[in-house]
This record gives sequence, C-alpha cells and structure tokens, in this order.
Amino acid sequence: MAGDYILETERLTKEFRGFVAVNGVGLRVRRGSVHALIGPNGAGKTTCFNLLTKFLTPSAGRILYNGRDITRAAPADVAQMGLVRSFQISAVFPHLTLLENVRVALQKKRGKSFDFWRSERALDSLNDRAAELLAEVGLAEFAHLTAVELPYGRKRALEIATTLALEPELLLLDEPTAGMGHEDLGRVVALIKRVAANRTVLMVEHNLSVVADLSHTITVLARGEVLVEGDYAAVSKNPQVIEAYMGSGHA
Amino acid sequence: MARDTAPRAKNGYRHQYAIFAFMVALFLVLPYVIYPVFLMQALCFALFACAFNLLIGYTGLVSFGHAMFLGAAGYISAHAAKVWGLPPELAILAGTAASAALGLVVGLLAIRRQGIYFAMITLALAQMIFFFSLQAKFTGGEDGIQSVPRGVMFGILNLQDMMTMYFVVLAIFLAGFLLICRVIHSPFGQVLKAIRENEPRAISLGYNVHQYKLIAFVLSAALSGLAGGTKAIVFQLASLTDVHWTMSGEVVLMTLLGGMGTLFGPVVGAFIVIAMQNYLAQLGSWVTIAQGVVFVICVLAFRRGIVGELGRFLKKPL
Repeated sequence: MAGDYILETERLTKEFRGFVAVNGVGLRVRRGSVHALIGPNGAGKTTCFNLLTKFLTPSAGRILYNGRDITRAAPADVAQMGLVRSFQISAVFPHLTLLENVRVALQKKRGKSFDFWRSERALDSLNDRAAELLAEVGLAEFAHLTAVELPYGRKRALEIATTLALEPELLLLDEPTAGMGHEDLGRVVALIKRVAANRTVLMVEHNLSVVADLSHTITVLARGEVLVEGDYAAVSKNPQVIEAYMGSGHA
Repeated sequence: MARDTAPRAKNGYRHQYAIFAFMVALFLVLPYVIYPVFLMQALCFALFACAFNLLIGYTGLVSFGHAMFLGAAGYISAHAAKVWGLPPELAILAGTAASAALGLVVGLLAIRRQGIYFAMITLALAQMIFFFSLQAKFTGGEDGIQSVPRGVMFGILNLQDMMTMYFVVLAIFLAGFLLICRVIHSPFGQVLKAIRENEPRAISLGYNVHQYKLIAFVLSAALSGLAGGTKAIVFQLASLTDVHWTMSGEVVLMTLLGGMGTLFGPVVGAFIVIAMQNYLAQLGSWVTIAQGVVFVICVLAFRRGIVGELGRFLKKPL
C-alpha cells in the first residue's frame, strides 16, 4: 500500500559487465521511520543507494516512490519530488560561503535560478531562511566562512542543512559518519536524530553501532542480496549477520 | 579554532568597480594616443574573449569552436548591411541573433558531453560552418564579403568618422562586458558557480544542470556574435579568417593568457595577443612562433594568467 511505505523496490538488480552488484533487492521503507542499510564492504550498499537516487539506472526491477514508478526518472527530477540524497564524500560547494551553500538549495525551491539579468541582491530575501537552517545544524556563527575552511564533521552538518532546505520527504544519507572522529560522530548522530523527527530517513552505514540507537529498521545486505531485515536486537543476534561481519573482519 | 568565532566579512566586489572605472577612463583617452583602428580590433576581440570566458571560466565548458559564432555573425551582419541595406545597428543585431540561434542548435547537440568530448563536438560543428562558409554563395568564398558599408547608426551617428566609430565600438564592448558581469553576479550565476564547484551535488539538489549550461552557452554564443558583427562593420569585411579553427584557438590563448575565470583577464589577454599580431607583423610567420612561446610560458609559469596571478597576489577576485 502506497500510504504505509514511502519507498519500495521490487527485485532491484544492477549488473556491471557480468558482475551482479545488487541482486533482486526488495526494500520497503516505512513512512516516518529511520531505515538503515548496512553490510560489509562490497555488499552493494552504495550501488543500491545510487540506484534509489537515480544516479545509476537499474538493470532490472522497479522503484516506487509514494506509489509512483520512478525507475526511469532523472536524478534532478526525483530530487524535486522530495527524495534528496547526501554523498559519502561530503558534498558541499567548497568556494561558496556557508550561507550561499544553503541558498543555492533554497533558490531551487523558490524558483529564482534562471534569472541571469537580475542582481545577486535578489537572493537576499532567502538569507533569513538560510541563516535559520544553518542555526538548526549549529553553524550559525560560521555563515560567512567559505565551506572549504570547515573541518570535516561540520561540512557534514552543512550538507544536511543544504539538504533540509529542500524540505525533503525522504532523506537518503550515504554513510553519514564515514571517516569521522569520535567527537564529530556524536554530533552528527544527534543531528540525524533531530532531523529524522518529522521525516523519513534511509541511510547507508558501514558501522553497526552507529545505527543501533538511530534506526527502527535495519536491512543487512551481503553480496548484493538482502541477508536479513529487522530491528537492531533481531539483526545483531542473527548468526548470518555475525558471520558476515566477523568474516570480513568487523566486530 | 579561534578564527571560527569571528565571521569574516563577505568578500566584497567594490574594488572591481574602481578597476572598471579605470578601464573606462583608459579607453576614453587611448584613441587620442594610439591608432583607433587597432583599439577597435582589440575591443572586438576583448568582447569575444569575455564571451568565451563566460563559458570556460564561469561554466567550466571548454568550447573549441567559438570561431563559428564570431564568423557567422560577421557574415550575417555584413550581408545584412551590404545586400539588405540595413542600418548598422540592425545589421549587428541580426548577426547577434543568428549566432544565438546557432548557439542554441550547437548547444543542444553538445551540452550533454563534457571535457574533451564537448570540445570535439564544438570543433566538428565549427568545421562544418567553415566549409559551409567556403562553399555558400552569399559568403563570397575565399574573398569574403568586402566593402561592407558602415552606414549611419540610429540615423545620427555617421560611422565613416573614425572617432564616432570608435566610441560606438567602445559602447558595444562596455555593454557586453557589463552584461557578463551581471550574469556572473546574478541568481543564475550562483547556480552556475554551484554546478562548476560540484555538479553531482547540484543535480542532487534538483537542478537540471544541462538547462543552465545551455543558457550560458547561448549567452556566450550571442555575445561572441555581437563581437563578430561589430567587427564586420568596423573592418567592412567578413572573411574566412573569423570562422577558421585557428580563431577558436586564439580565443583560448587570449583567455588563458589574461586569466580565465577573472573579469578583466580576457580583456588584457586580447589586447596582448592583438598587439603582438600588429606590432610584430614584420616578423611574418614568426608571430605564430612568438605566440606559441608566450602560450607555453603562460601555462608553465603562471597558470592562472596575468590577471589571475595578480588577483591571487592581491588576494582579491579581479
């Protein structure tokens, strides 16, 4: 039923020249939940994620978003429908200020993006909302720094603020804590918890302990297929999961 | 970090107004010092280079066929003035419109490719325009369209007069330059900048990046056409030189030498290249070698170009 699930996939498959990276994955993301996609290296998490956000085209299968078939849609179009992604390597516009970073996203939402004959000052009306969003992720005082000057963890926060500017219904986070120190990690986890309060989040994670207290549902992928699905308690006790993780050297 | 707690003032553009005022003052005085025909030639090429820079420097697209926009507009403007008997302002406008239309067609074909593929498609299409210009009746083949009447602009400005012609060319150049400044510092310019900085991220924010690139491409083509049309009226000539692929190379040289992605760089670059061609003309084909040496030195020693390096030294965008 379209009402219960915001995103569904049916037998989603991606083949790269004979190598099957994602094989018949059926995902159902419940509206309003935090859903994590985990698995060891090479399990097909990121490929799966790129399929969902249309950065890759599936070889077979269907993707339904709010009951609509988006299997053949363009990435920019699904973003406009409210399905917005983040990237594994923090995706900011490095030589724009933080305020401008967020404003670029607001511009799309409020339609001021084609005006080449108007002054930049036409964008000043978006500054308040941009500042609000920066404050929401704890970056208010850095608004006029350029993004490249930020430490890694704060770039992540900026990315989330930019994503939130689009008021997405479904937020897709690609390894939001990848490469992060302990201190940044705590801050980003808290941030995700906060933004997940009134929207659906689907995240890819490498680290089982990060998703433990964040997610309602966890899907474990291994070798391109769904191994098991359930809440943390169920998943973490599953012998296959333990084996998959232990087997590749992760506790 | 202590630095983080004190937000730095937003990088201002005020100094650019001062440089612009200086540039205008210079161009008002120069024709009394230097031969105006040389200046008009340099101004036409400066506008061409600025238009090209809008694409390479601010959109991140390397076109290797920009001569087609300069040359095609030259033919159309010359034909309009000579055969149709249009006044110069309408002839130039016709050339500009033709280049914009050509830009739209070329852009639609090329815009989905990047890097070397984009460059090659634009080059191939420019070669097609070249051979068309060589074969078509109205372009006059090897002879080009000669003795194009300069006419009377707006019914009052007699362009036969050298100084009047100069100030008209200056006005056209400044109008084009200001339009480019406006585009760069517009809401559209912000999106262009975002696309150049991180294209996948711009897509993920819902931007259909091809549309933005296409608009930038058409703008660049139209402004190149404005330069080409004006040039045809000034020199009373439209010829194969302006559609030849070497012209596409020359505009790359001008832009890189001056500094791509800088406002004033292409102007400086165009003046240097045109000055070399004019004042080293007695060297004959050695000019090409001299240009090549300058280009190599530029790429090896100051990759940001003259203005780009200066801007870095002063820590200000120029």
